[in-house]
Amino acid sequence: MPDLVKPETSDTDLLRIEDLRVSFPLLGGKIDAVKGASLRVLPGKVTALVGESGSGKSVISQVIMGLQPEIADVQGKVLFCDPREPDVVHNMAELPHDGRKIRSIRGNRIGMIFQEPMTSFSPLHTIGNQISELLTEHTIMSPAEQRSRCEEMLGMVGFEEPGKVFDMYSFELSGGMRQRAMIAMSLICEPALLIADEPTTALDVTIQAQILELLRDLQSRLHMAILLITHDLGVVANMADEVSVIYRGQIMEAGPVDAIFRSPEHPYLKGLMGAIPHFGMDRSTRLTPLRDIDTNVDHLLEGLSVPERYAAKGPEILLSVNNVSKTFITRKQDWKVRDGSAEVRVVDGVSFDIRRGECLGLVGESGCGKTTLSKILMNAVIPDTGNITFNNGAGPIDVLSAKGPELQALRTQIQLVFQDPISSLSPRMTVGNILREPFEVHERGSKQERNAAAAALLKAVGLGTNALQRYPHSFSGGQRQRIGIARSLALAPSLIICDEPVSALDVSVQAQILNLLKDLQQGMGLTYLFVSHNLAVIDYMADRVAVMWAGKIVELAPRDVIMNDPVHPYTRSLMNAVPFPDLDRPLDFSTAATSSAASSMSWNAAFRGDKPGDLSTVDLGNDHFVLARNAADARELRL
Amino acid sequence: MLRYILWRIITMIPTLLIISALVFTIIELPPGDYFESHVSELRAMGEAADLAEIEQLKERYGFDKPMVVRYFHWLGGIVQGDFGYSFEFRLPVNEVVGDRLWLTILVSVVTIAFTWLIAFPIGIYSATHQYSWGDYGLTFVGMIGIAVPNFILALVMMYFANVWFGTSIGHLMGREYLNQPMSWDKFISILEHLWIPVLIIGTAGTAAMIRRLRANLLDELRKQYVITARAKGLHPFKVTVKYPLRMALNFFISDIGSILPAVISGAEVTAIVLSLETTGPMLIKALQSQDMYLAGSFLMFLAALTVIGVLVSDIALALLDPRIRFGEGRHK
Repeated sequence: MPDLVKPETSDTDLLRIEDLRVSFPLLGGKIDAVKGASLRVLPGKVTALVGESGSGKSVISQVIMGLQPEIADVQGKVLFCDPREPDVVHNMAELPHDGRKIRSIRGNRIGMIFQEPMTSFSPLHTIGNQISELLTEHTIMSPAEQRSRCEEMLGMVGFEEPGKVFDMYSFELSGGMRQRAMIAMSLICEPALLIADEPTTALDVTIQAQILELLRDLQSRLHMAILLITHDLGVVANMADEVSVIYRGQIMEAGPVDAIFRSPEHPYLKGLMGAIPHFGMDRSTRLTPLRDIDTNVDHLLEGLSVPERYAAKGPEILLSVNNVSKTFITRKQDWKVRDGSAEVRVVDGVSFDIRRGECLGLVGESGCGKTTLSKILMNAVIPDTGNITFNNGAGPIDVLSAKGPELQALRTQIQLVFQDPISSLSPRMTVGNILREPFEVHERGSKQERNAAAAALLKAVGLGTNALQRYPHSFSGGQRQRIGIARSLALAPSLIICDEPVSALDVSVQAQILNLLKDLQQGMGLTYLFVSHNLAVIDYMADRVAVMWAGKIVELAPRDVIMNDPVHPYTRSLMNAVPFPDLDRPLDFSTAATSSAASSMSWNAAFRGDKPGDLSTVDLGNDHFVLARNAADARELRL
Repeated sequence: MLRYILWRIITMIPTLLIISALVFTIIELPPGDYFESHVSELRAMGEAADLAEIEQLKERYGFDKPMVVRYFHWLGGIVQGDFGYSFEFRLPVNEVVGDRLWLTILVSVVTIAFTWLIAFPIGIYSATHQYSWGDYGLTFVGMIGIAVPNFILALVMMYFANVWFGTSIGHLMGREYLNQPMSWDKFISILEHLWIPVLIIGTAGTAAMIRRLRANLLDELRKQYVITARAKGLHPFKVTVKYPLRMALNFFISDIGSILPAVISGAEVTAIVLSLETTGPMLIKALQSQDMYLAGSFLMFLAALTVIGVLVSDIALALLDPRIRFGEGRHK
């Protein structure tokens, strides 16, 4: 048999990758995705493979399973030694594509979980159907045995009613719950190796902590090895035993986690560590992006994009939000003649002010209402109650009832930077068209002036003027986000709402965009509302932070206070759930890994409201507000 | 869900009512009526018309009354199963249409089944073997199927079927069974003749369906859940059939509503060339001679088929796709 190799070199390694080269043939050439990478995974240990997107880390994981595209050219060895058959070593790279042997290893001896829990399940089959399929494929269990095994596994990953989940569809579960089901699916055959490809990147911090804890727990219980593929050094520090750093298809540095974090040697690894925002950074410390960009706002301050300077006489409060609520009605239709509709308060009595020139961070888990709130501020969603007043010095405007010229003026004053740089730029317009459009809509300037303004905008975000003629698809994610930022700057707004502007971007680019936003804020005197679920990013950007939970703002305070002295239990749990890229500050999984809905039951009585109106905002002094019971006094809250 | 089905059935009623009003108006739009065009036709041929009989018929069918009254009269008849009187054939519409309706449905259903049976395996093959010689070859054949008009194919097939198989082409059955009551021999004879119109009417539809299935499947094959399924160790064929094909099916089910009328009207030209005993040729003749009740009944039949087709596809979609069944009312 050609695929068997004598196990001389790899007595102890579960998986050993030797000089792996993967290339994809293209018209007139080829792309080398992996260039001679070597890697090992020890049985029962967690090995992290760290790198930015495009570094070839996902290709390696595909090659291990034989799932790479058929056109890929794979050279080198991927040796897998199954502890159940210790005498045989399979070279996965040479097994026939989709052949019988490799299929008996996939899912059975090597499990895999993916980044996107939303799309990894088929929405048309029940969870149970998709999990028990593995048992049908690899074992000889009866349907009843399969069902009980699946339910046992679903219980093990933390579902309270596994029998019910078995018959549910994936879209009935939240992202974190789907990732749990995904883990149950990949582990149902008790594989020797689990490949986790960015398992928590798409999840909120609190959910991330839960999933990480689950993986660690299952790993020790089932004695399996994990190959953890990630770009998040915080996750690595908390999970890995060994680390390999990959850059452009080559392993830059590899070794035990201690050595990697305490004495990084390779400049790339050092650069990566400097590019990630983390807590406790000095206010003056600036992130150092891996690839810096050169920005120039000089010409922006002449021409069409000149901000009208009301600052001198303007009031301190730029935007005032008062008691805004929004209710959505959800329908749930089953095979019933009567349907029940439920009301969900997405935004529930929210009040806050945004001060001129500050960056207000708005943080919360997904589904807490922060995106709806930012849409309400833009007058894109009409709230049920409440009012919003905008005043940039030209007199107060009621945002919600503004009409005609007043609304047009308002539209120039508040702009939005979107999360997804791909879908927020029209693929059919050149960058020049995209940047000139705001001027056309608001009928500003002549053709030449508009062109000059567009060129100045591009310079301000560090792109060359040759970009004007190109289409968005020819730019990378980070460059597109910069184009999106340039567009939002065009009309010289006073307030920019940044809705998760870096969460779709790679770590190496994230620092670039954050620095750009900071520079622009200083250069142009902008005010930001910065919406994010990433606390480290908020910590780097914001002057004051508002924490949102279940439609309410539970705590609002200056950044230092929130980060060092949070009062509300939800804020505290958020802080605990952030993994630091620092071995000396490990995550406390016991407190971090409970869901906010569940832990809200055990909150101090002062923070729990049994009926509407129980809770109100309590002033703790020093600009620090927290949502608590009306009667609660400050000392009680500090417990 | 039951509530949903009930609601859909109830909303069919106003839809059909509006369609009936439109159909009636359109039939009434050309100047004159059947009798006038009949009289002028007779005069053109140099014959004298029996004006007394025509006056009598006009009075019997209320042609002296206003249009609105005649509309409600017609509508009331339809509800009771009386589709009016065909002046051309001097018989009630029911009797004129009779067998032809069933034969039309037979041809259509067999054609749709044929289309699906051929299109699915080829579409799956083309998608999973994208840019292979097989894919190119089948795509080429499919393009010919789309490009060649039905009536040319019909003429060519008629010729070769007669020369090679000796089947008497034209008509849906042997001549001796025309206008005979249904019998076992007649049924066999229909089956012998059926394959030619099915092949002709089905070709274009099959080719178009292969193209769409291929495109839909190619989209689905790249999705994450397909890789998940492969990572479970399933056989590639099983993966394709269970996951992406099932997703691509949605598209075809929602297409049922438009397939039914398309097959039936696409069949008309072919039916004339092959002189089939389906409704197609009769509809065209009725429209030409302003035989209004006959034409109106046909149009209503087509409209009802469309509405029912849409209903069937909506219900089937809800049955097959839990996302639709569960209402999609969830908010993020």
